Amino acid sequence: MLLGIIFIALVAFWTLFLVALPYLYMVVESFHPNLPPIRRGGPDDFVTLTQYKSFFVTPNSGTVNWTHMGAFGFSIIASIAVTALNFAICYPLAYYMAQAGTPQKVRTLMLCLIVPYWVNEILRAFSLRLLLASKGLINQILMGTGITDVPIDFLGNNTGLYVGLSYAYLLVMMFPLYNAIESLDRNQIEAARDLGAPWWRIHKDVVIPYAKPGIASGCTMVFMLSAGSLAAPQFLGGPRTLWFTAIVYDFFFQNFNWPRGAAYAFILLTGCIILVMAMLRLFKVSLGETIK
Amino acid sequence: MTSKLIMKGMVGFYIFLFFFYLFGPLLVMGITAFNTPNYPQAYPFEAFTLDWFVKLWNHRAMMEGLRNSVIIGLGVVAISVPVGLAASIIMNQIYHRARGLYYLVTISPLLTPGVIIGISTVIFWKDVMSITDVTKGLFYKGIILTILGQASFVSAYCLLIFMARLTRFDRAQEEAALDLGASYPQVFWHILLPYLKPAVVSAVVIGFLSSFENYNTTTFAILADKTLVTVLAGEVRQGTTPALSALAVIIIGFSLLGAICYEVAKRREQIRADRAQRQAQIAERNEVEAIA
Amino acid sequence: MSAGVELDHVTVRFGEFTAVDNATLDIKGGEFFSFLGPSGCGKTTILRTVSGFLDPSEGMVKIGGQNMTGIGPNKRPTALIFQNLALFPLMTVAENITYGLRVRGVDKTARTKKANELLDLIALPGQGDKLMSELSGGQKQRVAIARALAVQPKVLLLDEPLSALDLKLRQHMRSELRSIQRMVGITFIYITHDQGEALTMSDRIAVMSDGVIQQVADGKAVYDDPATSFVASFVGENNPFVGIITRADSSYAVVDTLFGTLRGRNPKGLKVGDKAILFVRPESAKLGTGAADTTFSSKVKSVAFEGNMTHVFLEGVGKKDVTITVGRHSSADIPAQDEIASVTYDVDLGLVLPEGKMARE
Repeated sequence: MLLGIIFIALVAFWTLFLVALPYLYMVVESFHPNLPPIRRGGPDDFVTLTQYKSFFVTPNSGTVNWTHMGAFGFSIIASIAVTALNFAICYPLAYYMAQAGTPQKVRTLMLCLIVPYWVNEILRAFSLRLLLASKGLINQILMGTGITDVPIDFLGNNTGLYVGLSYAYLLVMMFPLYNAIESLDRNQIEAARDLGAPWWRIHKDVVIPYAKPGIASGCTMVFMLSAGSLAAPQFLGGPRTLWFTAIVYDFFFQNFNWPRGAAYAFILLTGCIILVMAMLRLFKVSLGETIK
Repeated sequence: MTSKLIMKGMVGFYIFLFFFYLFGPLLVMGITAFNTPNYPQAYPFEAFTLDWFVKLWNHRAMMEGLRNSVIIGLGVVAISVPVGLAASIIMNQIYHRARGLYYLVTISPLLTPGVIIGISTVIFWKDVMSITDVTKGLFYKGIILTILGQASFVSAYCLLIFMARLTRFDRAQEEAALDLGASYPQVFWHILLPYLKPAVVSAVVIGFLSSFENYNTTTFAILADKTLVTVLAGEVRQGTTPALSALAVIIIGFSLLGAICYEVAKRREQIRADRAQRQAQIAERNEVEAIA
Repeated sequence: MSAGVELDHVTVRFGEFTAVDNATLDIKGGEFFSFLGPSGCGKTTILRTVSGFLDPSEGMVKIGGQNMTGIGPNKRPTALIFQNLALFPLMTVAENITYGLRVRGVDKTARTKKANELLDLIALPGQGDKLMSELSGGQKQRVAIARALAVQPKVLLLDEPLSALDLKLRQHMRSELRSIQRMVGITFIYITHDQGEALTMSDRIAVMSDGVIQQVADGKAVYDDPATSFVASFVGENNPFVGIITRADSSYAVVDTLFGTLRGRNPKGLKVGDKAILFVRPESAKLGTGAADTTFSSKVKSVAFEGNMTHVFLEGVGKKDVTITVGRHSSADIPAQDEIASVTYDVDLGLVLPEGKMARE
C-alpha cells in the first residue's frame, strides 16, 4: 500500500508540478501586463490581451507587426521544409534497415547512427559552421577548384540553417520510421512484387500506408522540435534571419518582458499544435496511433 | 541481374552519402582540434598540436559548467527514473478509457518545444519559491530550476523506456509470486524490479545524457548559473576556437568507448544465452531418451 | 495435510458475461479432482476464484471449511501451477523452488535444505544452481511443481500445466503427477480440456460447459453414464440420433429417429413426446442384425483400417457421419464402400438423454 502511495505521489508531483501547473502559469502570465515586481498584484495588474495584440500590432507605433508575424510564418514554413527534407533522407535508409539488411548489419548501422548524437547540439552546429563559414572547408574547396571566386555565404542565405536543423533531428525521424516499417511482414512486399508491381508502387501502395503512424510520429516530432529549436537558428542562421524562438528568447533576456515572452511562447505552442492536428486529420491518422 | 547489381550499388552509395553527412562535419571538426591555427581549420594542416586540449582544461567557466552539468544530470536522473518507473506501473493498472488521457498528459512534455518547458518552469517555480524570502534564497537557483525543467521531459523518456519493457512482462509471474505468499511490495522488489533492471540502466544512461546535452530548456531555466552547454553556446556565439573542437573530440571519444562497452556486454550476454540454450537442448534430448 | 474445497453457489460475472453460473461442489481433502471442458467453459475462472485472484460475484468458496471471502491469493492455503508455469527466469532453480519460503522469512540454511529435499523428489538432484533457461520442458514442469509444493499448500491447483509439452512427455507426466499426488497426499484440482488427462488421473471429474457444471462423477461414470447430451458428446466419441420418444417406461425408451425407432436406457425418466437423443458409442455398435428396435442401416461412406481396429463411417444426418469401430478379432466382415450396412447394439449400451446442447466437433 505504501509503495502504491509513493508511486501515485511521484506521478502526481510530475504531472502537476512539472507539467500541468507550469503550463497553466505560463498561460496566466501571458494575460498580464509587464510590471516590475513591486507593482504586481496592485491596481495596474489586470487581465489583458495586450501581449497577444502586440503580436499583430506593434505597441508604440501602432503599425502592423510584420516582423514578428513574418518570423512566425518563416519558422513554421522552414520547419515544414526541414521535416519533408528529413523524411526524404531517412526513408530509404529506414526501409533498408527494416526490410533488407541482415540483423548484424542493422546493429552496426544503429550504433553508427547513435554515436554522433552523443555530441551535443551546440557542438554539432559548431561543426557545420566550420564547414559552411566563408572561411570554411567547403568554400575552400569551391574556391580552390575554381568553381567560384568569392566565398558563398551559406550562413547568410540560410543554407546553414536548413542543414543544421535537418542534421540535428535526423535520428528523430529515423527511429519511428524504422520501427514502423520493421513490423511490416516481408511477405506483403514479396506478394506485391510477384503481382508485378514496380518498386515505386510497392512503396506507395504497401509500405507507406502501413507505416503511416510511424511516418506521422516522426514528422510530428521533427516539426515540433524544429519549430521550437534555438541552437541551430542562433548559430547557423543568417544575420537577417529572425527565428520565432529567438524573439521569445530576447523578450526574456534582453527586454525582460516575461508576459510578452510567455504570450509568444503560447502562440508558438498553439500554432504548432493546430498545424499538427490539421495535418494528422488531412492524412487520416489518429493522434493515438501517432504517439504509440 | 545487372539491374540488381546497379540497385545494390545505388543503395551502397546512398548509405555512404548518408553516413558521410552524419560523420563528415564531426570528422572535420576533429581534425581542427589538432591543428595549430587559431581559427579552427582542417586544411591546410599546419602542424600537430595538443595545445587546444590544454586550453580546454584551463577554461575555468567550462570546467564549472561541466561540474554543474554533472550535478544537474544526477539530479534529473534521481527524479526522472523513479517517476518514469512509477508512471509506467500506474499506466498498466489504469482503466482502458482513462489510459488515453493519462498517456497524453504524461507524454505531452515530449511534444512541447523545450523553450516553452524552460519558460513555464521558471515562471511557475519563481512564484512557488517566492512564498518566503528564505525559500527563495535557498531554492531559487538556476541549477534547481534546470533539474525541475529537465525532469519534466526526461521523466517522459523514462516512462517510454519502462513501458516498452513492461509490455513484454508476463503478468503470470506477478500472480505466481502472490500465490506463493508474497506481498505486493515483495512482488515489486523481487520480481518486477529485477525484470526491469535493464530498463533502469537504459533510463539512467539516456536520462543523464539527454540532461547533459540539453540546451533549449536549460538556457531559460539556468538563470545566472551555467552548464557546459550554455558555456559552449556563449563561446560559439562569441567566435570560434579549436578548443571547442577539442571538447568534441573528447565527447566522441567517450561515446565510442561507451558504444564499444555496450557491444562487448551484448556479445557476452549472447554467448551466455547460447550456452544455456545448448544445455536446454541436451536436457531435452536426454529426457526423450529416458521416456523411450 | 490436505483440505477440502467447497463451492457454495458460486457465480462469477465479468460485466454482462457470466463465466461461472451457480456452481456448487464439494471437493474432498486429498482428492484428485479435475475440471474438464472446452476452452471458455469457465473452468479457469473457477480455478482463479479458488486461488483468490477473482472474487465470486455471488456465493462463496470455502477451503478446509473456512470461508475465503476477502482473503487474498497470498494468504490462502493454495498453490497454483500456471499454464505457462510462470517460473521466474532471473532466479536459479533453487531460488525458484524456495521463493515461497523466502517471502515467509525462512532463513537461508533451512531454505537450502528444503530445496535439496524437493530437488530429490522431482529427480533433479544437485541441479539447484542451474538457470531456468538451461532446463528442458519436462524439467521446468517439475520445478514448477516443486515450487508450489515447497510452501506446503493444502490444495494444489493446476491450470493445464501439461499443455506446452509434446505428446510423449505429456503422457509420461500424467503418471508422474498422479504418483506425486499420492506421495504428498494433498488435494489436487486439475484444469484441462484433454479428456485423456482427466480420465487417467482423476478421482472425480466435473464436466463444464458455458459456465455450468454439467456432471460431477468419477471417470467411469462420466463415460458410461453421461448426465447430459453435452457430456455424452464431449467425453469420448458418440453417435447421436435425434428424435421424439414414442414409448417409455422407467428403464427403457424408444425414440423415433431418421434411422427408424430405436431403443435405449432411460435413466432420466423421459416421457412420451419428449424431444430426446439416443447415444450409441462407436465401440458399442456391431455390424449385423439384431432386434428390430436396436438395428439400423445406412450406406458406407468410407472405411479406415487402423491396425488394432477398423473405423466404418456410415452416412448420417447432415454432415455428421455415424461411426462404428470394429475390433481386430470381430468375426464380422467389413463392408465395402457404398454397400448398405446393418448395425445393431446391446440395448443397455444405447442411452436416451433429453435433447440439449452438444459439444462442438
